[in-house]
Amino acid sequence: MRLSTLKKGQSARITAIHAEKELKHRFNSFGVIKGATITVERYTLGRKTMEIRINKTRMAIRLSEAETIEIGV
Amino acid sequence: MKTIKIALVGQPNVGKSFLINAMGDVKLRVGNFSGVTVEKTTIHFSRDGYEFEVTDLPGSYSLTDYTTEERVTKNFLDDSDYDLILNVLDSTNIERNLYLSMELLALDKKVVIALNMQDEALKEGVQINAKQLSKLLGVECIHTSALEKTGIDELIEAIIKTHQQPTQPFHLQYSDAYEEEINKITAFLQDKHYQSDSQLKTIAIKLLRQDTSIYRTFHGQPIWTELQPLLNKSYQHLYLHYQSKDLDGIFHDEKNALAKGAVAESVKFDNTQSVSLTDKIDAVLTHQFFGLPIFLFLMWGLFQITFEWGSIPMGWIDAFFAMLIDGTKSFLGDTELASVIADGAIAGVGAVVLFLPNIIILFTGIALLESTGYMSRAAFLLDGFFHKFGLHGKSFVPLVSGFGCSVPAYMAARVLKNDRDRLLTLYIIGFMSCGAKLPVYVLIVGAFVAEQQAGNMLFAIYIFGALLGVFAAKLLKITVFKGEDEPFVMEMPKYRLPTLKLLYHTVSEKAFMYLKKAGTYILLASVLIWFASNYPKQAEMDAHYASKIEQVATDEKKVNALKNELALYKLEHSYLGIIGHASEPFFAPLGFDWRMAVALEAGLAAKEVIVATMGVLYGLGNQQDQQSASLADKLKANISLPTAIAFTLFVMIYFPCLAASMVFRREAGSWKHWGYLFVFTTGTAWTLAFIAFNIARVIFS
Repeated sequence: MRLSTLKKGQSARITAIHAEKELKHRFNSFGVIKGATITVERYTLGRKTMEIRINKTRMAIRLSEAETIEIGV
Repeated sequence: MKTIKIALVGQPNVGKSFLINAMGDVKLRVGNFSGVTVEKTTIHFSRDGYEFEVTDLPGSYSLTDYTTEERVTKNFLDDSDYDLILNVLDSTNIERNLYLSMELLALDKKVVIALNMQDEALKEGVQINAKQLSKLLGVECIHTSALEKTGIDELIEAIIKTHQQPTQPFHLQYSDAYEEEINKITAFLQDKHYQSDSQLKTIAIKLLRQDTSIYRTFHGQPIWTELQPLLNKSYQHLYLHYQSKDLDGIFHDEKNALAKGAVAESVKFDNTQSVSLTDKIDAVLTHQFFGLPIFLFLMWGLFQITFEWGSIPMGWIDAFFAMLIDGTKSFLGDTELASVIADGAIAGVGAVVLFLPNIIILFTGIALLESTGYMSRAAFLLDGFFHKFGLHGKSFVPLVSGFGCSVPAYMAARVLKNDRDRLLTLYIIGFMSCGAKLPVYVLIVGAFVAEQQAGNMLFAIYIFGALLGVFAAKLLKITVFKGEDEPFVMEMPKYRLPTLKLLYHTVSEKAFMYLKKAGTYILLASVLIWFASNYPKQAEMDAHYASKIEQVATDEKKVNALKNELALYKLEHSYLGIIGHASEPFFAPLGFDWRMAVALEAGLAAKEVIVATMGVLYGLGNQQDQQSASLADKLKANISLPTAIAFTLFVMIYFPCLAASMVFRREAGSWKHWGYLFVFTTGTAWTLAFIAFNIARVIFS
């Protein structure tokens, strides 16, 4: 299941990240890593961008980037 | 006195600069890191018998090459001369901050860790056992709060103590699988009696990460032939063990696991999951429907304040420089020296200083948006729209500022941390018509459009320019700046109120740099332009007209007419005029005559000059402004509607004024980009003006 299937306010555990090297490193330094619990805070009006939270870190990512994050419930 | 050189490192928004401010009576020195536009702040202060020299490195999430900031930090840590690293952490977000610390600890340097924002952490129920953490990491960890000024003495003490001791041996223990490969390599290097300033474990880790710089050092050495097969074997083991071929990724997994472990053993969380203030504010400011209107209102407000309030001190500055010019002239008399100083240097520098109020107000606004954390929210709301055109969500600040003046707009592009995003934005800022182009639009619209439609027409011109800009962005994105989209991943920091001191520092740095750099360039260039419009001298003509004027001395009208004739003649035969005539063929396909060519060329100095020059060239004397109905009439008589349309388009798009283009050069980082911008803007302006001219000719014939 991909991250973008989550609704606002839902959480899930990250099971895999299929990102390119650069994006993966970016995710890495923010704590978006396998095993972390991720919460979807909100989507923008056009559903192109979303706000996610891991532990104490909130971040904005594009939906296209969220597609690379695989989650399990 | 002994000096301790400190590299100040931390992730963004951890209060690094704030902490340094709390540490001593600081003297700031601001400059740029060579070759890039990221600001470098060096701070000096002395305490406890030591002189401290702190280099405040730009905030970085990790030591990678991703953003300019991170590259600067990485290069500084690798190549520069410093005694120890002071790593500042946000205690409320300890785990993620430790990811960076784990990279720093692998660098084989002396490190001291400041667990900053201790006050906030306690409020949020985050309890860090600093002693335990120090033991785990093998470096001193000190609780600090820059806000409440606690822990500062202890931190200084720890820095001095660490400085006096030798560099600690490598302390971190990775997972067994990773350590095994490290051990194999260090054992081999030891057997070969390999000599190096760094610890062998550091070298081994770098080899396992396939770090390019370490490869370069090894490549020319005989040891390489034996090392290579060993490494290959280690890689195969790691690939197998981690089910991944991304060696750097493997290292990061290891590093993050260490951070997680350290947090588990030394941090206690009182889990009272109440709704935080940030959550409450975000519920409104990033609301799915209200978020955008609120943002638009805030931007409108900032824009209004910048250019409405700014115009008040601008009036004073303008008056001051006018006085200075008059004073210089009356002091030095009607000489060439007086003219070059007053009309050249002072007028040119005055034109730059004039924008200072705008800069100060706009940057105070931007500093507020950034330091409170709202900027990321705005970027979050807008990214969807901007991304369609290849721009970044944060591009809105420089682009909107561009409607006021391009100079602060180019500087505002620094909010974009990625080179490609920033360059792309820099290139299209010019499409947002700046305030100085308004007189030209007003003049031409006034001449050719019915009065009741003039306002709408002006608005349409601005909107059209902006639309051209975003399409130009798209075009540049798919041609010049093509390639994979950079990741957007952007932190949304907690809302925080900035302190006045920090605001003051940020804004005064910007203002000072603007004055210093733009001022020196402009001084030179203004003298050059003064020269081009005043030389060669026409002594004969001066004398000829002087006698003519004397003859009609009583008739003021005729005197003025003659003076205009002389001014026109002199300008036509100055170097600027000669260039205008020479470039006439270039402008002929657009329907422009040599006078319009000269006006456009003079407009390269400042867009305000366009109207003034046209006033002179169309025979109306020097003091022209857009209200002058007679200039509008003259224009209507002299140029056709298609030419006027083409001219408006050309002014809208072509090369920015001298002050702006110099700032562009600095922000883009090289003269090469300055040249590209010239070709790009002039080419686009010419092409679009040409198309518009020909279409209009068909329609209105």
